[in-house]
Amino acid sequence: MAGRKILNRQGINKTAIRLVVTAVIMFGFGFSLVPLYDVLCEVTGLNGKTGVISRQEAKSPGELHEDRLVKVQFVTNVAVGLPWRFKALEKELFVRPGKLTFTNFQATNLSQSSVAGSAVPSVAPSIASRYFNKTDCFCFVVQSLDPNQTKIMPVAFVVDSKIPDNVDVVTLSYTFFKTEEKI
Amino acid sequence: MTLIKKLITTYIITAPLLALASEVENVNDNKWGLNLSKGVTPFSQDIYDLHMIVLFIVTIIGVGVFGAMFYAMYAFRKSKGAQAEAWHENHVVEAIWTVIPLFILVGIAVPATEALIKMEDVSGSEMTVKVTGYQWMWQYDYVDSGVSMYSKIAESSNFARQRGSGVDPSSVENYLLDVDQMVVLPVDTKIRFLTTAADVIHAWWVPALGWKRDAIPGFINESWAKIEKTGIYRGQCAELCGKDHGFMPIVIKVVEKNEFNRWVALQLENTDTREFAKN
Amino acid sequence: MADSMNLDSGHHEHHAPSGWTRWLTTTNHKDIGSMYLIFSLIMFFIGGAMAMIIRLELFQPGLQFVDPQFYNSMVTMHALIMIFGVVMPAWTGFANWLIPMMIGAPDMALPRLNNWSFWILPFAFSLLLLTLFIPGGAPAGGWTMYPPLVLQTGAAFPFLIFAVHFLGASSIGGAINVLATVFNMRAPGMTLLKLPLFVWTWIITGFLLIASLPVLAGAVTMLLTDKYFGTSFFSAAGGGDPVMFQHIFWFFGHPEVYILILPAFGVVSAIIPTFARKPLFGYQSMVYAVAAIAFLSFIVWAHHMFTVGMPLAGELFFMYTTILIAVPTGVKVFNWVATMWKGAMTFETPMLFALGFVILFTIGGFSGLMLGVTPVDFQYHDTYFVVAHFHYVLVTGAIYSLIAATYFWLPKWTGHMYNETLGKWHFWLSTISVNVLFFPQHFLGLAGMPRRIPDYSVQFAEFNMISSIGGWVYGLSQLLFVYIIIKCVRGGKKASDRVWDGAHGLEWTLASPAPYHSFDTPPDPSTIEGGVR
Repeated sequence: MAGRKILNRQGINKTAIRLVVTAVIMFGFGFSLVPLYDVLCEVTGLNGKTGVISRQEAKSPGELHEDRLVKVQFVTNVAVGLPWRFKALEKELFVRPGKLTFTNFQATNLSQSSVAGSAVPSVAPSIASRYFNKTDCFCFVVQSLDPNQTKIMPVAFVVDSKIPDNVDVVTLSYTFFKTEEKI
Repeated sequence: MTLIKKLITTYIITAPLLALASEVENVNDNKWGLNLSKGVTPFSQDIYDLHMIVLFIVTIIGVGVFGAMFYAMYAFRKSKGAQAEAWHENHVVEAIWTVIPLFILVGIAVPATEALIKMEDVSGSEMTVKVTGYQWMWQYDYVDSGVSMYSKIAESSNFARQRGSGVDPSSVENYLLDVDQMVVLPVDTKIRFLTTAADVIHAWWVPALGWKRDAIPGFINESWAKIEKTGIYRGQCAELCGKDHGFMPIVIKVVEKNEFNRWVALQLENTDTREFAKN
Repeated sequence: MADSMNLDSGHHEHHAPSGWTRWLTTTNHKDIGSMYLIFSLIMFFIGGAMAMIIRLELFQPGLQFVDPQFYNSMVTMHALIMIFGVVMPAWTGFANWLIPMMIGAPDMALPRLNNWSFWILPFAFSLLLLTLFIPGGAPAGGWTMYPPLVLQTGAAFPFLIFAVHFLGASSIGGAINVLATVFNMRAPGMTLLKLPLFVWTWIITGFLLIASLPVLAGAVTMLLTDKYFGTSFFSAAGGGDPVMFQHIFWFFGHPEVYILILPAFGVVSAIIPTFARKPLFGYQSMVYAVAAIAFLSFIVWAHHMFTVGMPLAGELFFMYTTILIAVPTGVKVFNWVATMWKGAMTFETPMLFALGFVILFTIGGFSGLMLGVTPVDFQYHDTYFVVAHFHYVLVTGAIYSLIAATYFWLPKWTGHMYNETLGKWHFWLSTISVNVLFFPQHFLGLAGMPRRIPDYSVQFAEFNMISSIGGWVYGLSQLLFVYIIIKCVRGGKKASDRVWDGAHGLEWTLASPAPYHSFDTPPDPSTIEGGVR
């Protein structure tokens, strides 16, 4: 019996080590899901993350759909904890796919101290986010407002001409969250 | 086993009755409510039908499987002198009961897929309402007209639900399902709902519409409803959102289109007056 | 009480110190198994007490007894305790007690790790239960720990995270031990396809544990750094996404569901052939079905979160994979029925609980199929229909099989028969009350009652009252279980070695009570009958 035990020790250690390594790899896999998820979101448009392109790319629009107009709707949100008023200056635009379009948002600091915030974009329907690209956006950087200051915040975007035909309304939403860091 | 048997028989008998029950009863305040609401949108009808189909299928399978079990328990008892046989496999039988369920599943998947495709098609919407969840109330923005309002639990319910309030909940009208300000919506209009939140995740749910959708801070979610019947429909937050998760009801009031337009005009007037007062 | 379990064995005098240090330092698989099971039983009553508080508050509309925040804490802690403190340790306990006996080994492969794996548990739960007494109270964001809500947890937050880390480490330790034992210490002649199904289900459970728990550990680590170290994995403000947590959590969470239930399949596959006196029908297809369920469990996770707003393709994919699970699960149920067919059945308590399992777990499976149909799930999601579903599969599923297994092997462990009359009382009281408790919750959910709410609209009053009454009767009935166990440990009719006349398998060739070390010499290969038995 003793002999049998010693004989097995090697096998047991080998199995145990393999399993520990597997567990460690799976721990790493959990973290690797973070970048994987981002890739997945970009490919599928999950959660409506918008794309960014350069002005140069935007200037070569490919084929322009002369007769098609997509309604782009702008909505704004302010997360709890940020004492701002935030609104779109145009509530909607009818845009031609492929054409660079500009619009403005406006934020006002309602508090008596300087506050920084950053805006998070989201597009609905999520399928549209693959075809919704921005060249300039106030959401690219942290915004800071002095007490009672009002600021106009521009966005330039292109709706890709390949956007599916059954998408007739696209909503672009921005949510401003308070940022602790200040610029 | 007789009790289980009885329970199951009751269940089998009740399954078709469930359908009947919800046919008769009012969608909103049914005591002893047993079944899913049929709802008031085309989509909620589809969902109700799917629910009944799957319920029916599992009931049939249940009758078959449990029936076989109970028969075995009755017929193959040692106390009755049963002799155990020794066989322990039969590949044909095993193949059959692997393949047949597959076909049943395909039968379920086809209508389910159709319903889903229908639900995801938001094109042709006539208006947009943005729903924002807060701890613990809802904000509604009518994106096209600019009307914006908050809606939280009605004071009567909120008072009664406090510990030691001394108020009997059944004496409060629509206890916990009443709000200070209802969401007014037009009938027979394809309405796009955008859900989002300002703090934690909530879920906006009115059973009569046939769906619920999470409200996630930083993101907007899209769904739609075309309500075919005027009336008042009640719902609740469906995602745990902290202390007062159970106390953020939703009430929508569906009215004729012209009445809705009048309401919007009135709201805008009020909003404007308030804006003026501020400046 | 457990002390007396091995008093008659006469083997342990030169192996272990006496007194309480024996339990602290023991590396014996039976001692550790007993400790796991006793710990699990204690936690069952702590978690159960929380359930009683929940049913008390829900007995009638209005808030009578607790505040909403405390109610949420009860819901959260009840789930964490029942999952991580009751079902998982209980299965590890059974694995410890039974696997060496079933495969013809003297002990577990890694005794020292075994001891550590167990003792981490009481420590982790002390951390978790301590939060009930700190300012701000216990975690109240649900056992699913969704951000951003869970990040609002106060001082309890780090306790929660570290408790989950420790619980995960403990379970992984247990799983490594089981797998190392099964793969290296089987008696000569015990080939893989001769293993009893309980061992097979545990092999697959072990792999699920090792593959899924580290992912949970990663997810809660990210929560920790999000809260204290300024990362924003799950915060939209910093470019993260709260929904990503749900994906990672349920990537762990769905395999976890099968971690709780697969060993139950093994137990039922041992009990039904014993009392039907007929070999298990379709042994190989059982093994394949378990493996198929385990594989599918990794590609269905998003069915827990259909309402977060997924692309159509995603919703369809997860619907198809989810309802596909019905196929291997159906195979198992059909096999059990076929095992009973043309057998010679008797209905001792373990058999009653096993039959109760088959019927009631299948009802839970039916509601599971209904929940898997995505468009209808938009209605069912986060209602009492879901609560009814998972209590049917976990209480009348996992807990029933644990109770059945206890009655089945208790005579082997203690050397005494339990009181059969009391056992039958336990079964009937439990089975009636558990259906009174959970069946009406289906109706509540369909009628529109959301889960995790401390108070409800008056239209839900009747079914909630019925459910609460069922809940208390069920809770009280379990005290009978403890009484029966204690009585059986203390004494009773002497159990024979085989205990049940239809019992097959190596553990029944050992003396009752089982000797301190199981097989000091490998069993005679001719006594190994193979898994069909």
